[in-house]
Amino acid sequence: MGYFMDDYDVAVIGAGHAGCEAALASARLGCKTIIFTLSLDTIANLPCNPSIGGTAKGHLVFEIDALGGEMARAADASLIQSRMLNRGKGPAVHSLRIQADRVKYHNYMKLALENQDGLAVKQAEVASIAKNDDGTWDVQTRIGGTYKAQTVIIAGGTYLNGLIHIGDESYESGPDNISAATLLTESLKELGISLRRFKTGSPARVHKRSLNFDKLILQEGDEEVMNFSSDSDQEFKNLRDCYMTYTNEATHEIIHANLHRAAMYSGKIEGVGPRYCPSIEDKVVRFAEKNRHQFFVEPMGLDTNEYYLQGMATSLPEDVQVQFMRSIEGLENVEIMRPAYAIEYDCCDSTTLLPTLEFKEISGLFGAGQFNGSSGYEEAAAQGLIAGINAAHKVKGKEPFILDRASSYIGTLIDDLVTKGCNEPYRMMTSRSEYRLILRQDNADQRLIPKGHEIGLVPDEKLNRLNLKLEQIKLERRRLEKTTIPPSKELNSYLESVGTAGISTGIKLAELLKRPQVTYDGLEPFDKDRQPLSREVTDQIEIAIKYEGYIAKQLAQVEQMRRFERRKLPDDIDYMSIAGLRIEAREKLSRHRPLNVGQASRISGVSPADISVLVIWLTQNASKGGNSNDE
Amino acid sequence: MGSTIAAISTPHAVGGIAIVRISGDDAINIAKRIFSPARDRDISKMRGYTACYGKIHNNGTEIDDGVLLIYRAPHSYTGENVVEISCHGGLYTSREVLRSCLENGAIPAEAGEFTKRAFLAGKLSLTQAESVMDIIHANESQLHKAALATRDGVLHRKIEAITNKIITICGDIAAWVDYPEEDIPELENDKLLAELSRAKIDISSLLEGYDYGQMLRAGIATVIVGKPNVGKSTLMNLLTGYERSIVTDIAGTTRDIIEESVQLGDVILRLADTAGIRETDDVVESMGVNLARRRIDEAQLILAVFDLSESISDEDREIIAGIGDSPAIAILNKNDLPRALDTDIIHQNFKNIVTLSALDVDGVNKLSNAVKEAVSDGNLGAEISLISNERQRTHAVNSHRYIDEAISSLEGGITLDAIGVTLELAAEELLKLSGKTVTEAVVEEIFSRFCVGK
Repeated sequence: MGYFMDDYDVAVIGAGHAGCEAALASARLGCKTIIFTLSLDTIANLPCNPSIGGTAKGHLVFEIDALGGEMARAADASLIQSRMLNRGKGPAVHSLRIQADRVKYHNYMKLALENQDGLAVKQAEVASIAKNDDGTWDVQTRIGGTYKAQTVIIAGGTYLNGLIHIGDESYESGPDNISAATLLTESLKELGISLRRFKTGSPARVHKRSLNFDKLILQEGDEEVMNFSSDSDQEFKNLRDCYMTYTNEATHEIIHANLHRAAMYSGKIEGVGPRYCPSIEDKVVRFAEKNRHQFFVEPMGLDTNEYYLQGMATSLPEDVQVQFMRSIEGLENVEIMRPAYAIEYDCCDSTTLLPTLEFKEISGLFGAGQFNGSSGYEEAAAQGLIAGINAAHKVKGKEPFILDRASSYIGTLIDDLVTKGCNEPYRMMTSRSEYRLILRQDNADQRLIPKGHEIGLVPDEKLNRLNLKLEQIKLERRRLEKTTIPPSKELNSYLESVGTAGISTGIKLAELLKRPQVTYDGLEPFDKDRQPLSREVTDQIEIAIKYEGYIAKQLAQVEQMRRFERRKLPDDIDYMSIAGLRIEAREKLSRHRPLNVGQASRISGVSPADISVLVIWLTQNASKGGNSNDE
Repeated sequence: MGSTIAAISTPHAVGGIAIVRISGDDAINIAKRIFSPARDRDISKMRGYTACYGKIHNNGTEIDDGVLLIYRAPHSYTGENVVEISCHGGLYTSREVLRSCLENGAIPAEAGEFTKRAFLAGKLSLTQAESVMDIIHANESQLHKAALATRDGVLHRKIEAITNKIITICGDIAAWVDYPEEDIPELENDKLLAELSRAKIDISSLLEGYDYGQMLRAGIATVIVGKPNVGKSTLMNLLTGYERSIVTDIAGTTRDIIEESVQLGDVILRLADTAGIRETDDVVESMGVNLARRRIDEAQLILAVFDLSESISDEDREIIAGIGDSPAIAILNKNDLPRALDTDIIHQNFKNIVTLSALDVDGVNKLSNAVKEAVSDGNLGAEISLISNERQRTHAVNSHRYIDEAISSLEGGITLDAIGVTLELAAEELLKLSGKTVTEAVVEEIFSRFCVGK
């Protein structure tokens, strides 16, 4: 027998990285929120790699922090090693990655949910959702409870009809043997959501005592430990090391000999897997010319002997896993604790979503995370945050909150998902952002804290700290632009030592800093009036001066893009009736229903000529109805 | 709007007068840069609806003289400042005038863009606006057809090769940046510089050597070949309209190379009639034969003449072999006589074949069509124009500029993040010709070449 439980503003289904951010955001924005999870013990689980950040993903974490999300603080609280990747390749691509203690991360996030006012945390499998005539939703659990909600966010991760494959065996399950959510799919189909199957995989966890660390290559953390959140003020240090080793030809032979037993190759898996996360059998087959593949050995936490083999995902059976791993240097006696597996799951077609992550055709229903076809904790958390904010705004009758491509990696991620769509699990990469010189992790705070504050997720105190920093940057930059230093033997010998020409007349400090070889620190002895400033401040000045030309060019591109972005397309356009559009464009536009001309121009199959026609049509219509939405 | 556009607004054909139209905020400034009025009049002080005579130039080189007419906003077709320059007709001159506009700040007008601007400025009625949409639509399908036609052509292949080269470099940088811990070879500045310089040279040669204007000005180096007495000189005479070559019935009459420029429709052929290819003891004649062989190697287009009334000879075979893969049109001459030629071998070796009688004026039209086809295929040899319109040229010029920027940044010690972005812009300019976007292309590149991932 069913029974009624309570009314909520926002119901979040799933408590992974997307669900947690969504629930926290909506509760913090004053919405009565409930979050459902199959097990309270796997809230914010890290079922795959025990790390947060990395290239482009690190950018997402900084952005989440600037908008008032939780992921950065959780990562800092569980940090056991920190590395800044891509040092030396330019500030735009510096990327922080930390190794996290998996249990600590879970504990931190679970407590954050529990401590959040207005948020109910519930262990239950959601069996169905249904929309009532009054627009509210009934969320029903497997044991019969009905929860009413104004809006619902689906963040089911890989649990939705999860199917695990290990060699020739397969069984219904989510990661870490938590049961799969097998009931919800049916009601999603009834709502008209078209679902598809994606596939991902995870490598084995092995026992520390079975590893020969003498033969592994040490990977230490950075000397200067960085953390993600501008709210974290404790001293951080590296607590554990990582390691690296290589497969060899013997390993590859074993894999080749057993390919027929890999779930991926036996044709049992119908789901589409990501190219950037190939299984080891995939690497060996596709890159046959390589006689070795590297992979990393990473601790799962402080209070455990489990190690994670990053780069070693496989769908081969357990006995073959043991066999090929033992052919690898340092792993000769390896003891598998959790075998590697591949997992298939249901997800939606992300092009059926608005940039708010609400379904275009189903008002009040949102999707976030792997359910939307993305991959990765950070991608999930970013979407969760945006879905949570927009679900709350919907309840409160506020304007949608949309970040455009030029504002952030979050905006780029969501625009890619909802406009271009994806045919494989979508991973964030720096090369996906055409504006990456201005979307750096070091300026995420400047870009997004004011927005986070405006929404109400960022407290005054955090905004004030930013404003203080911006003021220091402004004053110091002005000083550098005004201060002339005379030529001297010492200065010229410094300049020549870093590989740039000496000077013969006085020069402004800012002029010298423009030279790529010259650093702010390097000029210290010649800059008598310098006041001590934080590294954060001086970095910003250095970047702004050195990359001034590039930044200006990107800003001009942004302005061009935003002109189109500001031209809104009304909901009720009948594209099929616009004569000048090509048939393909009419169909694509009808199906995608873009919000503005900019989004329309990024839909594949819509040509620049179609956009011209659309602009003419818009102008024509505006003059007819007097409803001009011109910029 | 912001941008200032320019286009040749008269039909693209050889005519008495051509008009190049410039529209936008900057139209008058651009006109000032390329037009020097007689008697030192100041264009910027001219009132609307007034005209002046003067010289048109580009970078100090005089192109033509002509008449400039000014319309001041909002009293013009587009509602913007508009300048119309009337110059001498002819494809080459008008294109040079247009190019001068483009090199001095204008961008090429999109299909129907003058009309679109006119509409947006409220200059057209709604009914007229509907027809604008049709124009844009029609123009696009035309462009599409043109693009399809060149897909297998040399231009397409060349641009694609350069684009791929740049995307490969972008992919190298992106993979190295996005997968810092993977087993990816480190990028060496020297190697990168060398690759970029090569790409830059490739685009330069596309722009310089393969210049449509140059082709129109100079004509297509065309050579007429065939065994003795097959009718080469008669054909030459037919095309040039008067007896330039000495025509007799004695084989081996033509001994030196006779050159003549002939206009066939849009295209100018720089025609050379060659000595009949034949083993000969006559010293003078054999020099002529050698010259003919060299001409074949250098030609951009070969007109190979065969005699329909005779069976194929060893000399014919030698000619076919000599032509090899060079762009050629087979002309089966003497169709007024009884047929004896087995044309199988011709069909196996030539894509463009024309059957005619060099004595019949009708032959000119047939040949003209075949030449047009060969030219628009983009299949012409060596130095022929490939960058066939100003839009393509503008993209190539922009791409060249971005590569140049990337090179000087790299040399100046700028980090790879900035160089990667600049190179993607270079690739994007070239990709605009095929409609793919650069980020997709780069991501594809990473996954197809590098073994990356956790």
